[in-house]
Amino acid sequence: MPATEPSSILVLGIGNVLWADEGFGVRCVEALASAVALPERVRLLDGGTQGLYLLPFLEEADALLVFDAIDYGLEPGTLKLVRDDEVPAFMGARKMSLHQTGFQDVIATAQLLGRCPHKLTLIGCQPVELEDYGGGLRPQVAEAIPGALDLARAELAAWGVEIAAGRSAADLADPSIRRTAYEQGRPSAEEACRTGDARFFPGSL
Amino acid sequence: MTATPNGFNLDTSGRRIVVDPVTRIEGHMRCEVNVDEGNVIRNAVSTGTMWRGLEVILKGRDPRDAWAFTERICGVCTGTHALTSVRAVEDALGITIPDNANSIRNIMQLNLQIHDHVVHFYHLHALDWVNPINALRADPKATSELQQAVSPSHPLSSPGYFRDVQNRLKKFVESGQLGLFKNGYWDNPAYLLPPEADLMATTHYLEALDLQKEIVKVHTIFGGKNPHPNWLVGGVPCPINIDGVGAVGAINMERLNMVSSIIDLCNTFNRNVYIPDVIAIGGFYKNWLYGGGLSGQAVLAYGDIPEHPNNFDAGQLHLPRGAIINGNLNEVHDVDPRDPEQVQEFVDHSWYTYAEPGKGLHPWDGVTEPRYELGPKAKGTRTNIEELDESAKYSWIKAPRWRGHAMEVGPLARYVVGYAKGHEDIKNQVDGLLRTMNLPVSALFSTLGRTAARALESEYCGRLQKYFFDKLVTNIKNGDQSTANVEKWDPKTWPKEAKGVGMTEAPRGALGHWIRIKDGRIDNYQCVVPTTWNGSPRDTKGNIGAFEASLMNTYMERPDEPVEILRTLHSFDPCLACSTHVMSPDGDTLTTVKVR
Repeated sequence: MPATEPSSILVLGIGNVLWADEGFGVRCVEALASAVALPERVRLLDGGTQGLYLLPFLEEADALLVFDAIDYGLEPGTLKLVRDDEVPAFMGARKMSLHQTGFQDVIATAQLLGRCPHKLTLIGCQPVELEDYGGGLRPQVAEAIPGALDLARAELAAWGVEIAAGRSAADLADPSIRRTAYEQGRPSAEEACRTGDARFFPGSL
Repeated sequence: MTATPNGFNLDTSGRRIVVDPVTRIEGHMRCEVNVDEGNVIRNAVSTGTMWRGLEVILKGRDPRDAWAFTERICGVCTGTHALTSVRAVEDALGITIPDNANSIRNIMQLNLQIHDHVVHFYHLHALDWVNPINALRADPKATSELQQAVSPSHPLSSPGYFRDVQNRLKKFVESGQLGLFKNGYWDNPAYLLPPEADLMATTHYLEALDLQKEIVKVHTIFGGKNPHPNWLVGGVPCPINIDGVGAVGAINMERLNMVSSIIDLCNTFNRNVYIPDVIAIGGFYKNWLYGGGLSGQAVLAYGDIPEHPNNFDAGQLHLPRGAIINGNLNEVHDVDPRDPEQVQEFVDHSWYTYAEPGKGLHPWDGVTEPRYELGPKAKGTRTNIEELDESAKYSWIKAPRWRGHAMEVGPLARYVVGYAKGHEDIKNQVDGLLRTMNLPVSALFSTLGRTAARALESEYCGRLQKYFFDKLVTNIKNGDQSTANVEKWDPKTWPKEAKGVGMTEAPRGALGHWIRIKDGRIDNYQCVVPTTWNGSPRDTKGNIGAFEASLMNTYMERPDEPVEILRTLHSFDPCLACSTHVMSPDGDTLTTVKVR
């Protein structure tokens, strides 16, 4: 194996599945796990919004591939891939001192400890809707998943990973909140009100 | 000037300061205060700006799956929400879990308390007191002497060790890449530590990062995976096969030994690092006793860590239950979350509406009908509020009350209840700490008291963890390997309608889930979370909530640098990111401080 090929790779989906397109990253990992067979040195993980809990997984990896919903200011559903030094800038809001551990902080913390993966790749998708609590992926974002997986395959191949058709072991969500069960089991708007804060539900004004 | 029924004088005449967001709580949290000409806070308004709507998600779902949804509410309280959820369903269906499951759940819950408390203190709260930039000026040799004086048993104390950490820190700060220590108010005179104490505490920030990774392995072992461990209505999802070797999933002796060593790590860290740090850092801030708020007069705890499965009688709980009102520490009331007269939520100052104004609703009868309207004195627009009008509706957080009283919940509330009840472990810990620091009991009712109670609780939880670990091992050795009761797993065995309540003490306070089940499906689900209690707005009678009360009469060094506000609000450990929203790199700022 050439020296540049990472020996341990973490593929991470982050975001909150309960907030519509925020679930993009987690759903990508679910889709990847059921689409390809990956070697043991690639770990697939549903990271949710776990912040510092994810640190040990980062520390064990030489290379990190993250799927997430990112506000790039692009057309909704557009995919964008950034690498290495560009990654932290795209993740996590500015904050008031250290009181909100976004994923940006997890990366910064791994760097502070000197144990950050050498290679970072972020595959982001411009969301359509983040503020629909209990909602699933919007069509444009759901349709972006296959493209995101293609980008991931190419990135993994560049890292020397052999990819076969099949399935992969992964730490995924409980079946009750995987995408299909979650989205199809949603109560109707009549049964359960969905309007709310105008700052977050501008459509309701 | 307005006097509130719970004893605060509100004066809105001074300058208004808006801090938005303070942190994220089920969305965002924002606070507004008025300061007088002497920079003392004379009015405080706390608001949550995100609508709460779990009922929206859970209605019609399988009650046995509710834990998996509630686990995703929050990025921090995952396990506690899941535990509360399975307890609520078990309560509704009359399920008693096996002894082993009770011990394992307790170990997981205690483990989560310790993890949360350590991470809160070192990674979310310490920077309100500790200045890592100042640590660069420390003399490593003097730091080493300080460390040895503060905690003689802690082995990591050589001058070379602190020099290495200082160099690492320097490199990190100079690289300028990072957000970790950005946006701090590092030249604010509110920071009082000498450089050596700053270096010692910053070093422990790093040690705590390593520890927290070990702590959570307990969740991987018992929950099958982490993050998002598995839970099960009726018990725990991990079988025990004590003689098994390397079997997938099952708990065997090898795994139990791992748990045991993690428990020891926690206890050593609490004893050698966490508690000595709180005493050392607290010693420099002994005169900063702001932030008591409601803690000396109205506190609430549901209690937790049952000795026996599903037995929530007050006398059977290791973390105490009780309510104290009107500042009367001589009387601790018992708390019954089923009683419709006790826990009620009011919405007169919240953006919801009830059929009957001014009335409180018990969570089983909870209604979540939004009514978004700003008061006449609000400034800005509906989509961009510049200033709230707290005389009208002003928060998406409801106002929960216990028999009509605004209550503080959390570690300090638990410790005040425990102390007042004469809980032996708690009393010994508190008296010992006060003696060491030469402080009166009244010092407990403060921001620092809240922070200290959390540290003491972490230590106590560590001992309890050991206790339940030994209990588990003894029970297994006696031949009981049962971890789940599945008698009522099949919905056919359920009544047509049922209702239940699950309670826990989440790291940040009393947490309750109320469920109604109908025809095997969830009919109504209401969570009253700790930050709803602490962050509650005013109620019908004008009582201010715990956050609001805690900010009153605090002196601010520089009103446009709200260190003091953050210090006190963070001492409650308000819930963090419930969704990790992301911003563009040139990014819209989410953090603003406005002085008007």
